[in-house]
Amino acid sequence: MTRYVLTLEDNADFEPWREMARAALQRAVLPEALDWRIRGGETDLFGQITDNGDGLEALTAVPVVKTVTLRASCLALLRDMLCHSDPARFALAYRIAWRVQGNPHLPEVATDADIARARQMVRQNRQDCHKMMAFVRFREQPVPQREGQGGERRRFLAWFEPQHHILERIAPFFAKRFTDMDWIILTPRGSICWDGKDLAYSSEPCEQPELDDGFGELWDTYYASTFNPARVRTKAMRREMPGRYWKNLPETRLIPQLVAGAEVRVRTMAEQELQPAPAFHERLRSREQLPAEPMLDTTETLEGLAAQIRTCTACPLHCSATQAVVGEGPADARIMVVGEQPGDQEDLAGRPFVGPAGQLLHKALGEAGVDRGALYLTNAVKHFRFRLQGRRRIHQSPDVGHVAACRPWLEQEIALVRPKLIVSLGATALRALDGPGMAMADVRGTSWTVGTGENAVRRLALAHPSWLLRLGEGAQGNAERRNFSKGLTRLREFLDQPGT
Amino acid sequence: MKKSLSQRLAILSDAAKYDASCASSGSGRRDSAKSGGLGSTTGNGICHAYTPDGRCVSLLKILLTNFCVYDCAYCINRSSSNVERARFTPEEVVWLTLEFYRRNCIEGLFLSSGIIRSSDHTMEQLVQVARDLRLKHGFRGYIHLKTIPDASPRLLEEAGRYADRLSINVEMPTVAGLEQYAPQKKAGGIRQAMGEMRLKIDAGKERSHTGRRAERFSPGGQSTQMIVGADAASDQDILASSANLYGSYGLRRVYYSAFSPIPDASALLPAKSPPLQREHRLYQADWLFRFYGFAFGELTAGRADGMLDLELDPKLAWALDNRALFPVDLNRASKEMLLRVPGLGVKAVAAILRARRHQAVRLEDLARLNVSIRKVRPFVQTPGWSPARLTDRHDLRSLFSPAPQQMSLL
Repeated sequence: MTRYVLTLEDNADFEPWREMARAALQRAVLPEALDWRIRGGETDLFGQITDNGDGLEALTAVPVVKTVTLRASCLALLRDMLCHSDPARFALAYRIAWRVQGNPHLPEVATDADIARARQMVRQNRQDCHKMMAFVRFREQPVPQREGQGGERRRFLAWFEPQHHILERIAPFFAKRFTDMDWIILTPRGSICWDGKDLAYSSEPCEQPELDDGFGELWDTYYASTFNPARVRTKAMRREMPGRYWKNLPETRLIPQLVAGAEVRVRTMAEQELQPAPAFHERLRSREQLPAEPMLDTTETLEGLAAQIRTCTACPLHCSATQAVVGEGPADARIMVVGEQPGDQEDLAGRPFVGPAGQLLHKALGEAGVDRGALYLTNAVKHFRFRLQGRRRIHQSPDVGHVAACRPWLEQEIALVRPKLIVSLGATALRALDGPGMAMADVRGTSWTVGTGENAVRRLALAHPSWLLRLGEGAQGNAERRNFSKGLTRLREFLDQPGT
Repeated sequence: MKKSLSQRLAILSDAAKYDASCASSGSGRRDSAKSGGLGSTTGNGICHAYTPDGRCVSLLKILLTNFCVYDCAYCINRSSSNVERARFTPEEVVWLTLEFYRRNCIEGLFLSSGIIRSSDHTMEQLVQVARDLRLKHGFRGYIHLKTIPDASPRLLEEAGRYADRLSINVEMPTVAGLEQYAPQKKAGGIRQAMGEMRLKIDAGKERSHTGRRAERFSPGGQSTQMIVGADAASDQDILASSANLYGSYGLRRVYYSAFSPIPDASALLPAKSPPLQREHRLYQADWLFRFYGFAFGELTAGRADGMLDLELDPKLAWALDNRALFPVDLNRASKEMLLRVPGLGVKAVAAILRARRHQAVRLEDLARLNVSIRKVRPFVQTPGWSPARLTDRHDLRSLFSPAPQQMSLL
C-alpha cells in the first residue's frame, strides 16, 4: 500500500480539505493510506518533520479510477465539523467520506462512532460561535479628528479567544448586528474588521490590546444589582459561563465579592424589623377608602345588568373562563337571538357570536336580508365551558346545572329588552327558554307563541350554527343549512310586519 | 439631591430583578444589513453573562420607575415599602439600551414599570421608549414590554407594533392568592388583557388571501410569571393554572419564580430562603408539557399532596408510578413513548428515530448520544439488553434517589 502525506494549514477548514479528499477518493485511496498533517506543527512517529507538499503531487500522478459524489447532507456535516481545531478532523472527515461511498445513510446514524465524534465537533463549533456572539465585548475607540467631516461613524474594538476556526462563520452575524458602527474583533486566530461596506478577514494572530472606554463601570453596576443574593447557584453560572471566558469578561471580577456578601445581605433582610410605611402609602390608601361609585341598578338598564353578570360566580365555570360574555344589541330590539354559550373566540374577545359559528350566523343573516344591528344577541350560558387538550381548548356543552345557574340572567335580559320574537339556536337555548319538555329534533324550524295578550311572545327554534359547521359539506349538512336559512327569512318577515 | 444615573440604574435594576423572564427568543430572525442601523435577533436568544444566582443576563431588565400605587405584599416596590425610589426618563432608558447594546452586553431591553398615576400614563411612557428605539434610532434588537392590564387598546396596539414580546404577570396561581396578596390587582382584568393580546397576536400572524401580512403584533408572543411559595397553592394548583394559561392564551412561556426574601418585606410573608428546588421541578414539569407531550395532570396524579417529588425529576417519578408501560423497545416504540423514557431527551429521541431506520440501536450506542445508560437501563429493551426484573424491583426508586446526607449537628 502506498502511503501519502497530505499537509494542510493549521486553520484550514472545508475547502482546502475538499480538494485533497476529492483527489484521494477519485483514486480510491484507503483512509489508512493517508497521513493528514498540520503544516509546521506535527511530526511523525520518529519525531521528524516530514517533507511537506509531496503527498498531493504523488497522489495526482496516479490515474483517476472513479467519479465521486457526496450528498448535500454529508457535505453539510463535513463543512460544519471542519472548522474545529482538532488536528484529527481531516482524517475523520476523509474516513466518513470514504465510508459514505458504501453506505449513503451513514450521516444519519448518530450512534456510529465516527458520526458521533463528527457531530460532537459540530456541536462544539456551534457552541463556540454562540459563546463568541455572547461574550465579545466591544469598547469604544476615539475617532481621529478630521476637518470638515460631520457624522463620523463610531469605532469599536474587541478581543476574544475562540476555541475553533470560526471567525469566517461568525463574522456576518456581527456585521448584520453592528451595522452602523466600525469595529474590529481581534483574536489569537486572526481578526475581522467591518467598515460599513466590507467585511475583512485576516488569519494573522493578534496580540491582546488594552481596552477601556470608561463604560464598564455602568455595566458593573447593572451586573451587581441584577444579582439576587437569596439564590446563590454558582454551579449553574459556571456551567453556562465556564471559567475560561472570565478573563475577558470584566464583570466577572465582581463574582467573588457578590458571593461572599450574599449571606450577610440575606440575613440582614430576614432580621430587618418592620418599619412604618412611607407617607405617600398612607395617602394612597386613604384615597382608596373613599366610597366607590354607586352600583348600577340591575333591574333598570342593560349596562347595570352586564356589570352584574361580569361578577357572577354562581357556577364553577367562572374559574377557568376569561370573562362572562354578555348580550349585545339595542335595548329595544324586537328580536332576541339566544345561543348556547360563548366559544373560544367569544371568551377571548368578550363579545357574543364573533367566532366561526357567529360568522356563519352573520353570513346567513345577511343572505336572509336581516340587519344584524336590529337583533339582540346573547347566550343561554355566559361563561365558556371547555376541556383542555394540550394547548387547545375543546368546547364542551354546558350541563343542566350551568344552564340553571345562568337562567336568572337570561330572564332579566328578556325582561329588559322585551322582545316580541325569541329565536333559540340549538338545544341548550331551547332548554333554557322552554324547560326540559321539548326535543330539538321535533321543534327545529318550527315556531309557536307563548303567553297571551300584552305578554305574548313568538318563539322560533333553529339549529345552532356550530352544529351546521360540524355537519360539514355532506347531503345532511346542505339540507340543514337550507332549513336554517329558511328559518332566518322568518326573522325578516317578522321585522317587515309593522306593529307586531 | 438628584441621584446620578449610576445610582438610579442600581435602584431600578434591583427593583426589576424579581421578574424571572429573560428570554430574547421566539421573535424570528431580523437584522440591520439592509437598514444599516443597529441590532438583530437570531430567533434563539443569546445570554451575554451569568450572575452568581445562575440566571442569565440577556436583556437590560429595568423599571422606568419603582414608584407604585399598588401594594402587593410580595413585591419589593409595593407602596408600603421603604425601598429607595427613583425614575428614569424615557430618553435615559433609550440611551442606556443603545450603549449597552453597542458593547454587546445585551440582546435588548426588558422594560417594566411601577404603576404611577394611571395605567394609561404608565403604559404611554413604556410605549414611548419602544417607539423611540425603533423609529428614532432604527434599533432592531429585542424589546420585551410589560403590559399594564387596564391600559387603552390604542396603547396596547402600539406596544405590540414595537415590541417582540409582551407580558402581564398573573403573579399568583390562584384567584384567592391574588386577592390576598395583591388587593389592587384583578384576576379578571389580567385574563381579559391576555385574551385580547392573544387575539391580536393570532391576527398578526395571519396573511390575507392576497398574501399580504397583517400588521405586526408582538411576534414573540406573550408570557407571564407566577410566584411560587408565597401562598399556599400546591404544585397541582400551579400546574393547573399553567395548563389553562397555555391553552387559553397561547402563552409562549409561563415563568415560575420562587418567592425570595426582599428588603423591608411585608409582615404577610415570612422571610425564608426561596424554594429553589420546587421551582426547578415546576420548570421541568413545564418542559415535559411543552416538549414531551405530557399533560400536567399526569405528573401530579401519583402524588397524594399534589406536590411534585423534590428528590426525583417529574419524568422519572412518573415512570416509576407507571412501570406497567416499561420496558420500552428502543427499536420499535413510537416517538411519543420514547419521549417518556427517563433519560431520553428530545434530541436523543430524534437521533434514535433516525438511526434505527438504518440499523438496530443497542444499549451501548446510547452513550454516544450523551444518554446516561444507568438512568435508562431499567426502562428500555434493545437487542442484547433486557432489564428483566430490574423494572419491577420494589427498591428501584432508591437506585435513583440522591444519597442520604448526614445532617449537620450545628
